[in-house]
Amino acid sequence: MTEITSASYIVLGVSLFMLLNSAALTVYAERRIAAFIQYRVGPNRVGPLGLLQPIADVVKLILKEDVTPRNSYRTLHTIAPLIPVVTALMTVAVIPFGEGIFVTNINASVLYLLAIASLGVYGVTLAGWSSNSKYSLLGGLRAAAQMISYELPLGMAIASVILFVGSLSIVDVAAAQENWWFIFLNPIGAIIFIIAAFAESNRTPFDIVEAEQELVGGFHTEYSSMKFGMFFLAEYMHVVINSMLITTFFFGSYHLPFAGYWLPEMSPLLKGLLDVSVFVAKTGFFVFFFIWIRWTIPRFKFNQVMTLGWAKLLPMSIVNFMAIAAVLYFLF
Amino acid sequence: MEIYAFISFAVLAIATALGMVLNKNTVNSALMLVLNMVSIAGLYLLLQAQFLALIQIVVYAGAIMVLFLFVIMLLNVDDDEHLFDRFRVKYLIVTLLAVVVFAQILYGIAGVTDLLPELSSDMTTVGTVEAVAEVLYTDYLFAFQITAILLTAAVVGALMIAQFKADPETGEQES
Repeated sequence: MTEITSASYIVLGVSLFMLLNSAALTVYAERRIAAFIQYRVGPNRVGPLGLLQPIADVVKLILKEDVTPRNSYRTLHTIAPLIPVVTALMTVAVIPFGEGIFVTNINASVLYLLAIASLGVYGVTLAGWSSNSKYSLLGGLRAAAQMISYELPLGMAIASVILFVGSLSIVDVAAAQENWWFIFLNPIGAIIFIIAAFAESNRTPFDIVEAEQELVGGFHTEYSSMKFGMFFLAEYMHVVINSMLITTFFFGSYHLPFAGYWLPEMSPLLKGLLDVSVFVAKTGFFVFFFIWIRWTIPRFKFNQVMTLGWAKLLPMSIVNFMAIAAVLYFLF
Repeated sequence: MEIYAFISFAVLAIATALGMVLNKNTVNSALMLVLNMVSIAGLYLLLQAQFLALIQIVVYAGAIMVLFLFVIMLLNVDDDEHLFDRFRVKYLIVTLLAVVVFAQILYGIAGVTDLLPELSSDMTTVGTVEAVAEVLYTDYLFAFQITAILLTAAVVGALMIAQFKADPETGEQES
């Protein structure tokens, strides 16, 4: 474990600030890109190009009346929206943004990520249950089932990456991709990870949790005002965080492609700037990818989601893991 | 600092365990158990057993308790009238305050009488993933494999029982 210095606090502060704001920006990006995909204009009235739209949205959310259903379970109804936001914010603690630019480097940070991700389910599930409405409950139950199912292929895909690295620290995972990104070494694992990441963040084609046609608003049907805003914020933060994780595990983190072979030595400041820009650019691309998929591919049915998770992705990820382990053991 | 964290986690663990047993509402009980798991993970972390702490959260708090909650919620669906046992915020606040005060009292006593043992310095190397794996896959390999077989057998058994469809009249298995 590395020492916690004042630099860690600066990185923590900046990354939390960026993450919170990136959620607002992602909402704007989603509305604009959706509009362009559907040959519309999208929000363009507030500020230049509509860039102040997120601020207007947040003000609207805060000023709205906060309604709690009479027969709901008040305490849990209030606590539930906090859980996904907190778990989303906790993930930045272990993600490296550049060489030496990270908050902390714990020896089992991959496990930490999985642990935090698995706690995020409670928010959605409790929201569904405490609202005391059948749509919410169905949404919450679907969320619980879906997230448990896709945690397994996600974990196996990460495990297949760990085989190349030989360490459970994400900082080492990032550093190991200097020459070869893991997408080139482990393409099946990358595909499984991306699919599972989509499912974990409840995005289309896996947004059966809040399927409007069947469940009104899913688990947040009974939520209004900023409590709904929290779920909204959490969803977009999870999109950003999952983009960061896809980048970190499979797309070379802060490294340019094959950087080890051609990138010259640079001063630490220049290298730091380059690393962070590369990381942010890749994350931005994957956020776009998330949005792109959402407005291109229709939603699965619930049984299809379960079949895909348990009967296709899980066996595939286990076979992939064993194949990589065998190749690494016998050939290297 | 560490001692204070220890006492807080310990008191929280006991309080949530009691809360889990005494609570009438099943969902509340399950959530108390989750908090209990998390506070025990905190205790492991204080003992420098990072791997154990994280696995405790991943497996127990993250997977098993979600399944428990899932089942409890499904069973509660029909019982709309008595779905909620009235639980008030003031009880929650009172419990938290009690935990803090009790922890401070214990901390005061422990600080005076040196009741808490020192943490051995080589604990930092024992609790890491590498150290656990090293022992698990060499000295305890046999026990590890036996446990794996036992768990697989249990999963297969559970699937067998779940797929048993009884004939409603005779109670025998349908073919």
